[in-house]
Amino acid sequence: MNYRNISLFAMVFFFLIVVGLIQSWNVAFGLLNLCLLSAIMALGVNIQWGYAGLFSIGTVGFVALGGVAAVVTSMPPVEEAWRTGGPGILTAVLTAIITIIAAMQVWKRASAGIIRNLLMIFVLVGGFFLFRSLLDPAAAIIEKINPAGEGYLGGLGLPVIFSWLVGGVFAAGAAWIIGKISLGLRADYLAIATLGIAEIIIAIIKNEDWLTRGVKNVIGIPRPTAYEVDLQKSETFINNVNWLGMEVIQASSLYVKLSYGILFLIVLGIILWMSEMALNSPWGRMMRAIRDNEEAAEAMGKDVTKRHLQVFILGSAVCGIAGAMMTSLDGLLTPQSYQPLRFTFLIWVMVIVGGSGNNWGAVLGGFLMWFFWVEVEPIGHWILSILTAGMAEGSSLKEHLLDSAAHMRLITMGAILLLSLRFAPKGLIPEK
Amino acid sequence: MDILHALIVLANFIIVPAIAYGSQLALGALGITLVVGVLRFSNFAHGETMAFGTMIVILITWWFTAMGLSIYPLPTALLALPFGVIGCIALVLFTDKFVYKFYRKAKATPVVLVMASLGVTFMMNGLIRFIIGPGDQRFADGARFIIKARDFKTLTGLKEGLAIKVTQCITLVTAIIVVAALFWFLNKTRTGKSMRAYSDNEDLALLSGINPERVVTITWIIVAILATVAGTLYGLDKTFKPFTYFQLLLPMFAAAVVGGLGNPVGAIVGGFVIAFSEISFTYAYKKVFTYILPTEWAPTSLVQLLSTDYKFAVSFSILVLVLLFRPTGLFKGQST
Repeated sequence: MNYRNISLFAMVFFFLIVVGLIQSWNVAFGLLNLCLLSAIMALGVNIQWGYAGLFSIGTVGFVALGGVAAVVTSMPPVEEAWRTGGPGILTAVLTAIITIIAAMQVWKRASAGIIRNLLMIFVLVGGFFLFRSLLDPAAAIIEKINPAGEGYLGGLGLPVIFSWLVGGVFAAGAAWIIGKISLGLRADYLAIATLGIAEIIIAIIKNEDWLTRGVKNVIGIPRPTAYEVDLQKSETFINNVNWLGMEVIQASSLYVKLSYGILFLIVLGIILWMSEMALNSPWGRMMRAIRDNEEAAEAMGKDVTKRHLQVFILGSAVCGIAGAMMTSLDGLLTPQSYQPLRFTFLIWVMVIVGGSGNNWGAVLGGFLMWFFWVEVEPIGHWILSILTAGMAEGSSLKEHLLDSAAHMRLITMGAILLLSLRFAPKGLIPEK
Repeated sequence: MDILHALIVLANFIIVPAIAYGSQLALGALGITLVVGVLRFSNFAHGETMAFGTMIVILITWWFTAMGLSIYPLPTALLALPFGVIGCIALVLFTDKFVYKFYRKAKATPVVLVMASLGVTFMMNGLIRFIIGPGDQRFADGARFIIKARDFKTLTGLKEGLAIKVTQCITLVTAIIVVAALFWFLNKTRTGKSMRAYSDNEDLALLSGINPERVVTITWIIVAILATVAGTLYGLDKTFKPFTYFQLLLPMFAAAVVGGLGNPVGAIVGGFVIAFSEISFTYAYKKVFTYILPTEWAPTSLVQLLSTDYKFAVSFSILVLVLLFRPTGLFKGQST
C-alpha cells in the first residue's frame, strides 16, 4: 500500500463522512454496509477475471442463489408443509439426481453409437417425466397451505450467519456444473452459458413458490443482529443513548446498521486476507501465468481447464456468500430485485474501474462505484432539471426528459466501463 | 382418433407461430454469427442493436401515421423500415469507430471485445429507454389476419380453426427475401467473397490485398440491416419492449452456437431448431391428445412439459447439449 492507494481509500471515506454530515449518519452507514457488500462481490468477480481472465456474466444468478440459501437455512420450517409435501419434494429431487447420474453412466460406459444416444435420451426423458409427476402434486399441496403467509417449505431454522456459508456452497455447486460444461471451449462460451444459467436461476426463484414463495416474496428473514424494537424497549440501551445525548429511535437504527457493518467488515477482512494469500502463493502466480499465456502453461503440464474450473468455483462462491449476506441485511427475498444491470454489470464496472487483478483495487472499486451508483440518479435528475429549466412549464418534452432521469444510470455506467476499459484498463490500483 | 383435427391444432399453436419466431431468431442469429465470423467476438449488444433499429422504425411509423400515410392492408412499419435500417447502420458504424476499432487495431483478445460489447449494450439500452421509455409499444397497424380461426372453420367445416396473422406471413416472406439476398451477396459478389475469405483466414486474405477495414464496415452494415429487420418483425409479431430484446440474446446465441458460430447456414437452421423446441416444449398438449386418444384415455392435466416461464431453459438446455457433445455446432463453425 503506497500513499496514493491510501489517499484513494481516504477519499471514499471522506465522501461517506460528507454524506453523514449533510444528510444523516443513518444514510451514511446504510451506504457503508452496501459498499462493504459490493466490495465482497467485486472480490468474487476479481478472482474470476483478475486472476484467471474468465469472463462470466452470471453474477446475478450466483447472488440470487445466496439469497435462496438465506431463506432455506434460516427461516423457521413450515411443519405442515414438510409433513404433507416434504417427502414428495425430497423424492423428486432424489429422482432428478439419480437420473443425471444414470445418464452420465450411460454416456461413460456404453460404446459410442446411436444406441447410446437413444438410451441416454430415454433415461433423461423418463427421469424428467418421473420428476415432474413427483414434484407437481407435492408442490401443489405445499402451495395450498396458508398461501397468504406461508405456502412454501420454509427453511431449516438455523442461525442466519450459517446461511452465508450455505450461500457460498450453493453458488459453488451451480458454478461447478456451468464450469464443467463450458470451460475448455472458446472463451465466450462461458459468457453465454453463465448468461443462461443466471436467467434460469432467477426464473426458478420467481416461479417455484414452494421453495421461495415466488413473487409473493419471503419477508421477516431472521437477523444476525438486534432488532430496533427490542433496543427501544431495553433500559440499558436507553440509558446509554441518553448518556450519549442521542435520540432513541435514531440511535437504535444506527446501532443495528453498525452491527451489520462490523459483521460485514469481518467477512470482507477474512475474504480479502484469503484472496491476498492465494494471489501471492505459488498457486496465485501459476493462475496469472496461465492467464497470460495458456499455451505455455499447458506445455509445462498444467491442466488449464481444471485450474479455470477451480478459480471459477471460488469466485462464484464468494458472490454467493455476498448474496446471502445481502438478503439477511434486507431481511427479505424479492425475486424481482435481481436485475442483471445491478448485480452483474455494476460489479464488473467496479472491478474494471478499481483495478482487475488487484484485490485492494476491487475493494476500492466496490466502494467507489456503489457510492456513485447511488448518487447518479439524483445528479442526473439535477442536470436534466437545469437543462430543461428554460423550457415551457408542462411541455411534453420537458416531462419526458425529467421522467427519463432514471435511465441515466444505464448510460453513465456503460460509459464508465467503456472509458475505463479504453483509457485506464489497469484501473485505479493496478496489478503489481 | 381424429388425426386431422389434432394436426390443425398443432399447426395453429405450434407450427405457424414457430415458423414466424424461427425466422426472427434466424435473422438475429445471422447477425451474431457474422460478427463472430468477421470480427471474431460475441456481440452481446446485438439484442440492443435490434431494439435500436426497431425504435427508429416505430418513431417513423408514428410520424407517417400522423401524416396519414398508410399501405393498408400491410403495416406502415414496412414503409418505415428503410429509415430504421439507416439509423441502425449509423449507430453500429459509430460504435465501431469509437469502441471496437481501437481494440481491433491493438489486437486485443476477444474477451476484451466481448466486455466492450457489454458496455455498449448498456449504453444503447439506456439510450433506447431514454428516447422511447421502458414500456410496451404496439405499432402493428393494417389488417390483423390473413385467415381468422372462425373463417377457417366455416370454410372447411372443421371443428378447429387455423389462424394465420398478416405479421406471420410478412415475417416469413421478408426473411426469405433477406436471406436470399444475403447468400447471393456472400457467394456471388466480389465483396461478399472477400468477406468470406477474411472470415476463413485473415492472414491469407490480407496477403491477397483485401482491405480489412472495408470488410469490417460492410459486415457492420449487413449486421445492422439484419438486426433492424429481425427486430421490426419481432416487434410487429409480438410487441416492442426494450427488456424483451435483451432477453432475446440467449435464444439467439443458442441458435448461433447450435448451428456453429460463424456459419450463416447454421444460424438459420439453429434459429428454427430453437424456435420449434421452445414452443413445442412449452405448449400444453391436452387438446391434441383429446383428439388422438380414445375418450376414456383423454388427459385431465394440461400435458405441458414446461411452463412458459421456463422457455429460456429450453434454449439453454439445447445450448448445453451442443456444448457437451458437439462444440462446433451442427454445421462446422469456429470452435476455438
